[in-house]
Amino acid sequence: MSATVRPRAPFFTGPRATLTPRPPAATAGQRGSPAVDVRDFDFFYGSQQVLKHLSFTIERKSVTAIIGPSGCGKSTFLRSINRLNDLIPSARYQGDILVEGSSVYAPSTDVVGLRQRVGMVFQRPNPFPRSIFDNVAYGPGLNRLVPKRDLPDLVERCLRQAALWDEVKDRLDEPGTGLSGGQQQRLCIARALGNQPELLLMDEPCSALDPIATQKVEELIFELKREYTIIIVTHNMQQAARVSDYTGFFDRGELIEFDGTERIFTTPAHERTEAYITGRFG
Amino acid sequence: MTALSEPDAPTQPIPVASASLERASRGDQIFRGVLTLGAVTIPVLLGFLVFELWMGSRLAIDKFGLGFITESTWDPVAEVFGAFPLIFGTLLSSVVALAIAVPLSLGVAIYLVEFAPKSIRQPVAFLIGLLAAIPSVVYGLWGIFVLIPILRASVFPFLRDSLGFLPLFQGPIYGPSMLAAGIILAIMIMPYVMSVSREVLLAVPNTQREAALALGATRWEAVITTVVPYARSGIAGAVILGLGRALGETMAVTMLIGNRHEIAASLFAPGYTMAAAIANEFSEAVGDMHLSALAYVAFLLFVLTVLVNAGARLLIWRVARGSGAGSAAL
Repeated sequence: MSATVRPRAPFFTGPRATLTPRPPAATAGQRGSPAVDVRDFDFFYGSQQVLKHLSFTIERKSVTAIIGPSGCGKSTFLRSINRLNDLIPSARYQGDILVEGSSVYAPSTDVVGLRQRVGMVFQRPNPFPRSIFDNVAYGPGLNRLVPKRDLPDLVERCLRQAALWDEVKDRLDEPGTGLSGGQQQRLCIARALGNQPELLLMDEPCSALDPIATQKVEELIFELKREYTIIIVTHNMQQAARVSDYTGFFDRGELIEFDGTERIFTTPAHERTEAYITGRFG
Repeated sequence: MTALSEPDAPTQPIPVASASLERASRGDQIFRGVLTLGAVTIPVLLGFLVFELWMGSRLAIDKFGLGFITESTWDPVAEVFGAFPLIFGTLLSSVVALAIAVPLSLGVAIYLVEFAPKSIRQPVAFLIGLLAAIPSVVYGLWGIFVLIPILRASVFPFLRDSLGFLPLFQGPIYGPSMLAAGIILAIMIMPYVMSVSREVLLAVPNTQREAALALGATRWEAVITTVVPYARSGIAGAVILGLGRALGETMAVTMLIGNRHEIAASLFAPGYTMAAAIANEFSEAVGDMHLSALAYVAFLLFVLTVLVNAGARLLIWRVARGSGAGSAAL
């Protein structure tokens, strides 16, 4: 692994701010070097090219929404960042993605270490059938990030960050699968935070949740932005408009447009973007 | 007005429609009757079987009672019978078989589901499934002519030399023994344990694997910490299913276990199982008491296997409720 691995963002330990959603930051922008740098990235399943010449950067500590019609390669892109696509035998790639300055696809890359630094939240809540505590402690325990006696503190911190602590603090030893769908998804977010990642990938995290649970997760994304860089794939354009600072519009494997969220949703530069966000296709 | 009369409409008889319904249902009734008869036959046969075993063993039950289970004497001449060595031999040979077969079949199942190249998954699973189709007498012959000579010449002496401090691996080496029977049983139950474990592992949702991998687990860690625990009750069901088969297996065991009504600590010593004793002695039993004692043994074996199989179904049903794949394996 090469070059600069930036020091990790310190854990948020101060008093919690109130969860009032702010409007998408119009002034978002010059907040530091890119957290993710996509460099002419192509991706293939067999002979079918699903991602074409992607080149863009993602700001540190911002929320970037990836939108686009089904099958446009949104999820594939997300899974390319933590190399979860490696599981598919016919997958090929060209180009590279840099996470915090280090290459994802260099031959010397330690994939396990990469996945530790890049957390992921999936479409459907997928807690392990073990206790709530063990769910959150899974990553740090596996990767021996902290000594065993510090695990309870870490678990509490992650559950607090995921706004779940108050609901589960009295039943940490109960199975995580017994929680409601929304709680399960926040548990999965807490589990991803357990590894103290630099980057958080969310693959339609609210698509299986009801509106109230969705709202909670969206508020949570707002909070987490203070500590983490977040990339969220979503089918829900209101959600993209609500939670993100930047929006990228994918279509048929290409990045059509990438800009501040407000610009994308008010004055898109590209006709296809406008057609999609106004519901004319997709 | 029409709105008011409408609620009465369903109660009005419609003669034409009901006549045609009746005609259609006559065929249904016959069909249903035939199927019901078939379905009822099975439990009736089972009940009859239990009743026959019970009646056949009345003589022995009246004389020996529950003491039959704990008594060790088996003397057809004096007509004193106790089934303890048989029960012990049945359980021990099955435990030996499980100790060998479970790690092996679980390893194969994990390999086939998680690691093997796609092209060999199906063929290997199929070949292991074929092991289940070999008649047990063939296993027995193979055991006598191939397995036992190998065991006697190299494996047993090696075990005695290296693990001889354990009582399990002490004493004279004959060949036919508890261990030989356990090994052949292990080979025989492996296909069952392997294929059920495989089905259960296949039923583990992919999102579980992805969750573990995305958290920085290696493939191996994902399997051990996530996939196997997720499937654990189904795997327990597979093991109990294997145990059920091992308990009742007769022919191959009879040919390899040595058939002695004795309890020995050593696995090199010959023993006996319930099924083997019934198969061996039934044709030669002369006294009524001897026959009755064998029927009593059969009754106990029946109870044992029913309990074990019920436990397996319960476990697999528990794990398969979500997916349905586990129950398909049975």
